[in-house]
Amino acid sequence: MLHTLTIAQMAAGLRQRRFSSVELTQAMLARLSASQPRLNTMITLTAAQALAAARAADADLAAGKAGALCGIPMVHKDIFCTEGVLTSCASKMLSNFVSPYDATVVARLKAAGMVMLGKANMDEFAMGSSNETSYYGPVRNPWDASMVPGGSSGGSAAVVAARLAPAATATDTGGSIRQPAALCGITGLKPTYGRVSRYGMIAFASSLDQAGTLTVTAEDSALMLRAMAGFDPRDSTSVDSPVPDYAATLGDSLAGVTIGVVREFFDAGLDATCGQAVRDALKVYEKLGARLKDVSCPNLPLSVPTYYVVAPAECSSNLARFDGVRFGHRCENPRDLMDLYKRSRGEGFGAEVKRRIMTGTYVLSAGYYDAYYLKAQKVRQLIAQDFARAFGEVDALVGPTSPTAAFALGAKTSDPITMYLNDIYTIGANLAGIPGLSVPCGFAGGLPLGLQIMGPHFSEARLLNLAHRYQQETDWHARVPSAWVN
Amino acid sequence: MQWETVIGLEIHAQLATRSKIFSSSATAYGATPNSQANLVDLGYPGVLPVLNSAAVRMAIKFGLAVGAQVAERSVFARKNYFYPDLPKGYQISQYELPIVARGAVEVLLEDGTRKHIGITRAHLEEDAGKSMHEGIAGSSGIDLNRAGTPLLEIVSEPDMRSAREAVAYMKKIHTLVRYLEICDGNMQEGSFRCDANVSVRPRGAEKFGTRAEIKNINSFRYVEKAINYEVARQIDVIESGGKVLQETRLYDPDKGETRSMRSKEEANDYRYFPDPDLLPVVLDQETIAAVRRSLPELPDAKAARFVDAFGLSEYDAGVLTAGREIAAFYEDVVQRVGGDPKLCSNWVMGDLSAQLNANNLEIGASRVDAAALAGLIARLRDNTISGKIAKEVFEAMWAQGSSADAIIEARGLRQITDSGAIETAIRDVMAKNPGQLANYRSGKDKLFGFFVGQVMKATAGKANPAQLNELLKKMLAG
Repeated sequence: MLHTLTIAQMAAGLRQRRFSSVELTQAMLARLSASQPRLNTMITLTAAQALAAARAADADLAAGKAGALCGIPMVHKDIFCTEGVLTSCASKMLSNFVSPYDATVVARLKAAGMVMLGKANMDEFAMGSSNETSYYGPVRNPWDASMVPGGSSGGSAAVVAARLAPAATATDTGGSIRQPAALCGITGLKPTYGRVSRYGMIAFASSLDQAGTLTVTAEDSALMLRAMAGFDPRDSTSVDSPVPDYAATLGDSLAGVTIGVVREFFDAGLDATCGQAVRDALKVYEKLGARLKDVSCPNLPLSVPTYYVVAPAECSSNLARFDGVRFGHRCENPRDLMDLYKRSRGEGFGAEVKRRIMTGTYVLSAGYYDAYYLKAQKVRQLIAQDFARAFGEVDALVGPTSPTAAFALGAKTSDPITMYLNDIYTIGANLAGIPGLSVPCGFAGGLPLGLQIMGPHFSEARLLNLAHRYQQETDWHARVPSAWVN
Repeated sequence: MQWETVIGLEIHAQLATRSKIFSSSATAYGATPNSQANLVDLGYPGVLPVLNSAAVRMAIKFGLAVGAQVAERSVFARKNYFYPDLPKGYQISQYELPIVARGAVEVLLEDGTRKHIGITRAHLEEDAGKSMHEGIAGSSGIDLNRAGTPLLEIVSEPDMRSAREAVAYMKKIHTLVRYLEICDGNMQEGSFRCDANVSVRPRGAEKFGTRAEIKNINSFRYVEKAINYEVARQIDVIESGGKVLQETRLYDPDKGETRSMRSKEEANDYRYFPDPDLLPVVLDQETIAAVRRSLPELPDAKAARFVDAFGLSEYDAGVLTAGREIAAFYEDVVQRVGGDPKLCSNWVMGDLSAQLNANNLEIGASRVDAAALAGLIARLRDNTISGKIAKEVFEAMWAQGSSADAIIEARGLRQITDSGAIETAIRDVMAKNPGQLANYRSGKDKLFGFFVGQVMKATAGKANPAQLNELLKKMLAG
């Protein structure tokens, strides 16, 4: 049962020579291949490269020069550039794009000895909350294949939930790590903006995008984040501050820690079972010695409209480079330059991406900029101030990750607003640049629910500590969908 | 109707950094197409810009040199438009918060008056690549070597009232950026070019007329011609009952005319917004002060010093300070000669400049260096040679690269200052020309020149002219 092991357990097993990295890699590759028709989690499998990397990792392990992550298999969200490997961003636009370089995250995890098994499916250009916008087809939820896994990192989340690999990278612009983590019943961490380099991560909304982890446990997230995080001279927005040993403080006592319960998170849109699961989790924290305090972030309900101005604005500009000239999809026999642009982009982008490019173009246009973009930036400041004020009183904020458990495929595709409201609890952290984490906290109708924990900038160690202590008391995270136990 | 011209210039100065403004690619001119374009310049998915701090220092230098405010916080913005030579689909520039604002320069006009030209702002931005439409059958090529080259865009107030004033201003900025060593000023290679905003209004009117923007002019001569053409065109349009359209025009140097490129309606909506990939540029006072300490003596200060210390005219001082190299050369010559700065300026601005121009050389490549020129001037001052002979010696120095003394010795050009020798020559000429002598003595004064010429001919031009004049007058009088 290699596949149910966590990163920490695999690392221990590798050191004790109970199995090799090649054996782990083979086992996971087999599961990924076998699951593909049912879950569609992967866009590309890199079996040969993975086995070569695993052999190298085994050699390093044998030579005693291996780090904590050496030989551990994992998958990358297909938004990260991987040298020599298709990097599609789940778009037809990049369905022929083989990246000539590795993203910093990819390079760092490679240097740490992790074995990439392939590239995970996702919403096209990370735009979506259900993984239904992918050019490569939707990913299905391992708990119920008729349900969505969440998005945009749906492939990454489903891989970990179905134990096809112990870990995946992911990105979070408005909840794209935390929401699928919640809907798939695993642990997802979106670090502070600037904590992990964005170099080589295909940009959706540059001021919001942040790379993070999807794992079974908070402990595994701590191990992985340590290898991914840190200043990168190639990303001006990455922050030059030391990366702590997150695993070292996982077991810290919660006595004296104050947890804020955000009033605005318990709104009319919150599913009752979900709300109850969160309240139950708060009781666990009280038992662990934490103090609860009600707090208010009055501007938080404005986060969805604010986000849907800022993120499309940035995306409309970020996606301008996909013009059919240098890489990516190019239409057949363009008549002239304008035809080349129009048809290459018209054919290459899916409907949701086009919707956001158009929205973004509109809000930046002369005459509308002040009313939309500028106003959204001001509201963004207010939301950030709400959080800052709250963190003057409490060490962390807790609430639901998503208003409901996973919904059925196709249920929300015709109504973008309903779809967007899925991220109502997660977007605030992106707008403020603070870290957020989702841990499994219960089930509703057999589908997992997520508890979200947020903290001040660079409080990842505290968030992981809170998540780990909760996971010591509960087993929600350790549950495996019955179809994927074996 | 009397018309008044109103001109504002947007000058693009390519900053002389070794690498690009947001990537590590080289900026050298003339490399094989796309050999200096890395993944950042190509706008590949996932890449990010990183600001070159050398470009920032250069912009600060410029700001301080024009007495402008250097912003403690400036912001890069994206200017969005589609074009094949713009790989990202946006140009990174500065929009609402430029690094330099509110400066000014004074220009010296041909009539000797000075004029204050305001500088609205100067901002940092990246250049685009080049589309190449020739030489590739059936398609266009794109060279991205230039994409990402740092530019300082210097925007003037609409303070100029004639093409000549515009040229004087552009030359002033050209001198300044080369003094500061922030731009090589090479206009053929496009390192220094401008857009001219031109409008006309009835003389005395308050309101500006509708302006046309003439794009990408890359020589002083073309700026003058393009503006003059455009002014005449606009006056013609108005006087024949039409309206000047707000539009972008292109100057065609072959036809000597401007042509419409796109109208206001066709203009792009650039959808500027702050670039989220770059942090604001935050400068503390100490950084700005350190750049200020590193500034060289600026052209205006240097010209004023040349007027004060050397007694030069403002015009001469202006010419001799138009470049750091020529100013240094001139000062070197004066110092070596040890005086007579006016004579030194005549030589630097006269024969030396003529040779440099004729050979299309910069002063740094002059075949006669400051020491050699000073050696020649010294021989003039101690009467070893006359001014006329000096010109001959200079030509020889230029051609052979030898010193003045060596040429004077080798060619026996030492001036005859021995009165006895000159008297002998005069006596000889008088004896050979009795008729002319008689005529002179009977009142034909004009023949004096004939005798000067004959004596000079007899002495191979070496007779000291002043002595010759004096002795000849005495001896012809009898």
